[in-house]
Amino acid sequence: MGRTIAEKILAAHTSVENFSEGDIIKVDIDLALANDITAPVAIHAFRSKGFNTVNDPGKIVFVLDHFTPNKDIESAQQCKLVREFAKEHGIKGLFEGGEAGIEHALLPEKGLVVPGDLVIGADSHTCTYGALGAFSTGIGSTDFAAALVTSQAWLRVPESMKFTFKGELQKWVGGKDLILYLIGDIGVDGALYRVLEIDGPAIASLDMSNRLTMTNMAIEAGAKAGIIAADGVTEFYASQRSNRSYTVYRSDPDAHYVAVKEYDCSNIEPQIAFPHLPENTRGISEVGEILLDQVFIGSCTNGRIEDLRLAAHIMRNQKVSKGLRCIIIPATPGVYMEALKEGLLEIFMEAGAVIGPPTCGPCLGGHMGILADGEKALSTTNRNFVGRMGHPGSEVYLANPAVAAASAITGKISSPEEVFS
Amino acid sequence: MKFRGKAFTFGDDIDTDAIIPARYLNTWEASELAKHCMEDADPTFVSRMSPGDIIVGGKNFGCGSSREHAPIAIKASGISCVIASSFARIFYRNSFNMGLTIFELDEALEKIEDGDIVEVDASTGEIRNITRGNTYLSRPIPQFMQKLVSDGGLLEHIKKRGSI
Ligand code: SF4
Repeated sequence: MGRTIAEKILAAHTSVENFSEGDIIKVDIDLALANDITAPVAIHAFRSKGFNTVNDPGKIVFVLDHFTPNKDIESAQQCKLVREFAKEHGIKGLFEGGEAGIEHALLPEKGLVVPGDLVIGADSHTCTYGALGAFSTGIGSTDFAAALVTSQAWLRVPESMKFTFKGELQKWVGGKDLILYLIGDIGVDGALYRVLEIDGPAIASLDMSNRLTMTNMAIEAGAKAGIIAADGVTEFYASQRSNRSYTVYRSDPDAHYVAVKEYDCSNIEPQIAFPHLPENTRGISEVGEILLDQVFIGSCTNGRIEDLRLAAHIMRNQKVSKGLRCIIIPATPGVYMEALKEGLLEIFMEAGAVIGPPTCGPCLGGHMGILADGEKALSTTNRNFVGRMGHPGSEVYLANPAVAAASAITGKISSPEEVFS
Repeated sequence: MKFRGKAFTFGDDIDTDAIIPARYLNTWEASELAKHCMEDADPTFVSRMSPGDIIVGGKNFGCGSSREHAPIAIKASGISCVIASSFARIFYRNSFNMGLTIFELDEALEKIEDGDIVEVDASTGEIRNITRGNTYLSRPIPQFMQKLVSDGGLLEHIKKRGSI
């Protein structure tokens, strides 16, 4: 029987021959990632178990992005621990200060992941890199510690599900809406332990930024990985950023899928995920009046330059609604610089938005935009769990950057059409 | 190994933000994390539970973030094991890697109610609801995971065997 992309990448990284779905195999990794929250747990475990050698420092990346610039003394201690560990073990892949951006926006931008790679990361949104035709998956801190010691990981060979998107995209619809629609359809555990393989003519026409948004949220359906086969868009993106050789894998026509689904994009309008699960999706026309206290545009889901351009397009010569806080955070220093050069930051500031330095910040309720009891926020992030952005009594709605920008202007969840008409 | 304790039930899709909210992730100290275990799902949980008690969840327990702080907080709080209909995959692997005992039991929330006394035999996967007098069998644990458990977690496993 034929194999899926996921199986082909796993086969290229393991010595186990003829594995089947459900088997647990040992794989060699190309890259292992951890951040300022998950790395300290791993370093603590590494040291307390008496290990003292990192097998391959060149395969390790630390990004200090969650609670940085250090929000308090404890966070500063955590970053210090990681910094010292990196120095001690000759790990050059440490991104902090002016080099830090949100990890899942930063790694693709820096060309650290190429098609065909096998990447693990002690952060659940490591699945983002599947947009590059790589197999990448979130793991825990102990897994990361094991990767420090062995450059390997254990993985259960996942079944794959295939989702094909056809038809023309409606106006103001992007990767965020397609993935929210999918999650709304199959639910937050609809792809548990599985790979989401995404393809179709509508995906072929998406730029890399929109594709990264889609695979970023594979975990919100419980998936182990989201994968989009590499094509010309991917190869151009990767070759612009990396000198490493790469391998393009495609699924065989007779590969096995536990489920196959098809969506017609012409039926998909901008999507809003209601509190408190990403599966609680509704089309924008079915939302009703929801007044907002805060709008956040940023994160590894929608904090790239393409997202900011879209937001600026809507916010130009407009004002943020009185009493609403609009917080915009470019995901990486590269995005920040580009937004500066293109005049986007000026548009945002003139509209009355707050611009933060690259960080996860409010996405996980860390800092720079925490919600109070009873407050409602519209956010371009990926999760709207209870208490995700602050007080357990607050509410988070998820949407694309165009809807977020329009809503910041009207003060309630709104379609961009309302601002333009 | 046998566990016996009172069941504390939670619903479906209990996420890691509910198990240990991000506002407490500026530490990796297990005892600190334990103080806030399950806080955003039930703020009274830590004050009501006793060592040995058991958490019972529905489907997709531990979804969301990869934070190992979640199983660490549960284990350090004194909870002996977690039983759920299904687990989110990163939570599942984290638990085996770091040594929190978990069991998959179909329709867990129908078989065990809040406050029931439950006894679990970790070696056979047998789950006895003492209060109701029923016995169930949890889903078998893959051989590799059993090895992880008997070796004392992933890092001990590597130390003992030289590789994963
Ligand atoms: S931006 Fe949000 S989802 Fe992305 S890595 Fe940071 S905390 Fe996680």
